[in-house]
Amino acid sequence: MSKIIIPTPLRKFTNQTATIQTNGTTVQAAIEELATKFPDLKQHLFDQSGTIRSFIRIFVGDDDIQSLEKEATKVSQHTIISIVPAIAGG
Amino acid sequence: MTVSPAIDSALFEKVEQLKPFIGNTPLFPIKNMTNNPNVVIYAKLEWMQLGGSVKARPAHNIIREAVLSGELHQGRTLLDATSGNTGIAYATIAASIGIPITIVLPENASNERITILKSLGAELVLTSKFDATDGAQKKARALKNEDPDKYFYADQYANEANWKAHYNNTSQEILYQTKSSITHFVAGLGTTGTFIGTSRGLRELNPTIHFISLQPETALHGLEGWKHLETAKVPEIYDNDIADINLKISTGEAYETIKQASKKEGLILSPSSAANLVGAIKVANSLKSGVVVTIFPDNGDKYSEVLTQIFK
Repeated sequence: MSKIIIPTPLRKFTNQTATIQTNGTTVQAAIEELATKFPDLKQHLFDQSGTIRSFIRIFVGDDDIQSLEKEATKVSQHTIISIVPAIAGG
Repeated sequence: MTVSPAIDSALFEKVEQLKPFIGNTPLFPIKNMTNNPNVVIYAKLEWMQLGGSVKARPAHNIIREAVLSGELHQGRTLLDATSGNTGIAYATIAASIGIPITIVLPENASNERITILKSLGAELVLTSKFDATDGAQKKARALKNEDPDKYFYADQYANEANWKAHYNNTSQEILYQTKSSITHFVAGLGTTGTFIGTSRGLRELNPTIHFISLQPETALHGLEGWKHLETAKVPEIYDNDIADINLKISTGEAYETIKQASKKEGLILSPSSAANLVGAIKVANSLKSGVVVTIFPDNGDKYSEVLTQIFK
């Protein structure tokens, strides 16, 4: 079980929920579970082939998953997964 | 111009001396990205001014108006929240005119931006990466409230001098440079100052021009500087009645256009410039004939992480 921190721009689609517990054992599985619980998130997180959009920055703890095993990065009970939004506006 | 005694006239003089280095950017013809010979696309190369981005215009005008009103003077610190480019423009001007500056920005701003801002002498306050620029705005406002005498809070998202910089200058430059032939103006929404100000100015000068605003397709995107208004704090200066049409642009389209523009036009664009070009091409492809003008806010110099990903 890992905890996902939902960034502010996505909370509109999670009934303002800021964190969520998931049972997935990889980043991909955890994010898929998140999108299953909140289906409106799907289009924002996944491309048409079901892959997490390549420009979305995801961190496991303090590490960007691009420097780990990407979406296949394993997560455990105490892992914190963070989705980080782009820097917007001026 | 007569300067009131309450105004810091020495500071105002320094601000005025920078005017020749703000705006008046070249209008670049995009020749190789569409197949329709009856439509011309032009882009303003906004990185060719002080500070290296379109934000030179609002930053200079915001500072100028603040000095004129007496809100900013020697001894006050310029404070604002920014995603980076406005901060760099502020810091460039502040270094030149000799005023201290505090910039609030999300901690996930690129290393290049943070290094540039520090090099220019800005004090940086970093906010949570999860709260994007909205969180930085909240922090900037809190700093101002804690010490109102110390800071001039520029608040670019609500400051009328932001869009008026484009209303007074960008729109007139475009009309002059296209010899009044512009039929469509296309630009993305960030603070919304560029789109709102330029469109208002152009509409007054020629009511037949069409205005197309652009937004990211999804709440999470890679178009740094753009806002997905549906899920972000809408800037106070935004006016929903300006755009004739709003188009949504995907990050994938913009990244592909960065590749194409480098090979076909010799321009290495930033993601937001490329996204503006995607919008301009979409508009051009929908027309029988016309002159489409867009804005290239900055080039790819500050986006090495993105360019490495695209050109790997």
